[in-house]
Amino acid sequence: MDSLNSLIDGFGTALTPMNLLWAAIGVLLGTAIGVLPGIGPAMAVALLLPVTYGLEPTGAFIMFAGIYYGAMFGGSTTSILLNTPGESAAVVAAIEGNPMAKAGRGAQALAAAAIGHFAGGMIGTILLVVLAPTVAALAVDIGAPDYLALMVLAFIAVTSVLGSSRIRGLASLLIGLTIGLVGLDQMTGQQRLTFGSLQLADGVDVVIVAVGLFAIGEALWVAAHLRRTAGEAIPVGRPWLGGDDVKRTWKSWLRGPLIGFPFGAIPAGGAEIPTFLSYVTEKRLSKHKEQFGKGAIEGVAGPESAASASAAGTLVSMLTLGLPTTAVAAVMLAAFQQYGIQPGPLLFEREPDLVWGLIASLFVGMVLLLALNLPLAPVWAKLLRIPRPYLYAGILFFAAVGAYAVGGEALDLVVLLVIGLVGLGMRRYGLPVLPAVIGVILGPAAEQQLRRALQISDGSVTGLVDTPFSVTVYAVVVILLAWPLLRKVIIRRGGTR
Amino acid sequence: MKTTVKTWLRERSELGVGALLFLLGVLVLTDALTLDADLTGRGPVGPATVPLVVGCGLVVVAVLLSVDVLRGGRGEAEAGEDVDLSEPADWRTVLLLAGVFLAFAVLIGPVGFPVAGALLFWGSAYALGSRHLHRDPLIAATLSLLTYVVFDKLLGVPLPGGPLMGVV
Repeated sequence: MDSLNSLIDGFGTALTPMNLLWAAIGVLLGTAIGVLPGIGPAMAVALLLPVTYGLEPTGAFIMFAGIYYGAMFGGSTTSILLNTPGESAAVVAAIEGNPMAKAGRGAQALAAAAIGHFAGGMIGTILLVVLAPTVAALAVDIGAPDYLALMVLAFIAVTSVLGSSRIRGLASLLIGLTIGLVGLDQMTGQQRLTFGSLQLADGVDVVIVAVGLFAIGEALWVAAHLRRTAGEAIPVGRPWLGGDDVKRTWKSWLRGPLIGFPFGAIPAGGAEIPTFLSYVTEKRLSKHKEQFGKGAIEGVAGPESAASASAAGTLVSMLTLGLPTTAVAAVMLAAFQQYGIQPGPLLFEREPDLVWGLIASLFVGMVLLLALNLPLAPVWAKLLRIPRPYLYAGILFFAAVGAYAVGGEALDLVVLLVIGLVGLGMRRYGLPVLPAVIGVILGPAAEQQLRRALQISDGSVTGLVDTPFSVTVYAVVVILLAWPLLRKVIIRRGGTR
Repeated sequence: MKTTVKTWLRERSELGVGALLFLLGVLVLTDALTLDADLTGRGPVGPATVPLVVGCGLVVVAVLLSVDVLRGGRGEAEAGEDVDLSEPADWRTVLLLAGVFLAFAVLIGPVGFPVAGALLFWGSAYALGSRHLHRDPLIAATLSLLTYVVFDKLLGVPLPGGPLMGVV
């Protein structure tokens, strides 16, 4: 009941005219940027971060939440109408959505996606309201060794679950950890990797790393391989759904969140796995199996709902543990740190107005998203025809604005370009970008927890594994690490039987 | 003979990534080992410990990655909406863009954001192949000025106006 009261207070915060305006601007901006081809949610939030710099924290995060959900919806619009998903989570939307659009059912595909996002987001956020305070209350008691264990889990999960090559994921993580080391040591004030430069003594701002890797790196990579003939977007009218379609999809909308939410909360790469699982589930349960691959509406509705719910799940671990599980959450954590706010179990006690205002605005944002995006879909579809030179010049332009806005330093722009070139190289050689960003953000925090834990135990390594919680987490880490080996053994056993 | 060495190296250009990681690891290790010893004594774990671990990690990963490449492993180049991997990479465009971006970093102080930003957009669009003599600079100037006004005046994010805004 407590959380219900807090939530009502939160709505009081979210529904003030000013905050409503921020939410609406966030949703519109997020959708517009997310629709643009080549821009996924992570790049969208990184590029739009500077827009929120001048605002007070509550307004900024309310706007941010709108951007997040808007960008996710925008991404699926691109998948459906252009058949070229900007990020792995939107791949599934393209599988069924694009054939639907080609068959003249683009309006229905967009509607199924929009309502799917709405349903998934609603259910996911309700689960967030129910679960987050409990998780936070449990997490208040966990100490430095437990945090360290969680962070190690995040590092290992992000390098071994995502991507095809573990060694390349690990390389990316280490690049991130190295960037995180630059600056003054938090405990002794020693200069590390600063090479005597005063500017570097402050460390490299996480926002610059995120914008550099996501935006500059991507723009330069595309520039090196720009497709000379851009894909043709399919024109579309106002989205709507007939009664038959609703009958086919309402169960899919409700099933998606059950798969999406738990996957979002654990460090398993966000929406990629749950959207795929949801797709497989819908295919198995559908009465129209023969339509799958040729434009089955359930194949759009379920995965989109799962994607949206996984975003809410991501917020559980981000807000209560300070643990980002996706690229977007990583950028969001950076935004919190920008305001000197540290997400974690104490956040709900220290900043109740902010947290509950943010959660309430998620509900508001979703209603706005549905109300604005259904009528505006034809306008968004027009954005797909933007000439590519303008699109990527615009990305570079706004990335520069964002990096400069961080501290008003021209040197930051040079750092941004260098990190962008690193991002370009990583894309060329198949190093995933996410582990690097997680490394930059969690690296310094993990080091602090490690040193704190060892200080408490007076240098004894057993101090890192002296709680049941940390032992459990390390066990999961070991299983993750040993999984390829385990799988081989299991397959071999299955073969001899 | 020479050409075969060249193609051998070109097919294994990823070895360069291993070499860079190795150098980075050595750099991190050197930096950690040259930290002021007097101050490192506080607490059981000093400021050098984690850098030492990261540095060793980089060296090990560099070696493992190189071994993987020599055994025939390749990192997959990232695909995308506007990415055409069937054509060879166009590094000239990338260099041009990097140059335009550096010019922006140099110019933003002296000439202010509106002018430098317009040049950044125009230059980037030109490098990316847009050749509309009138439309490109017009869009660049409008976008840059609009961004300046929105950020500096409405959103409270300060950007340098430069001499031009001083006149206006």
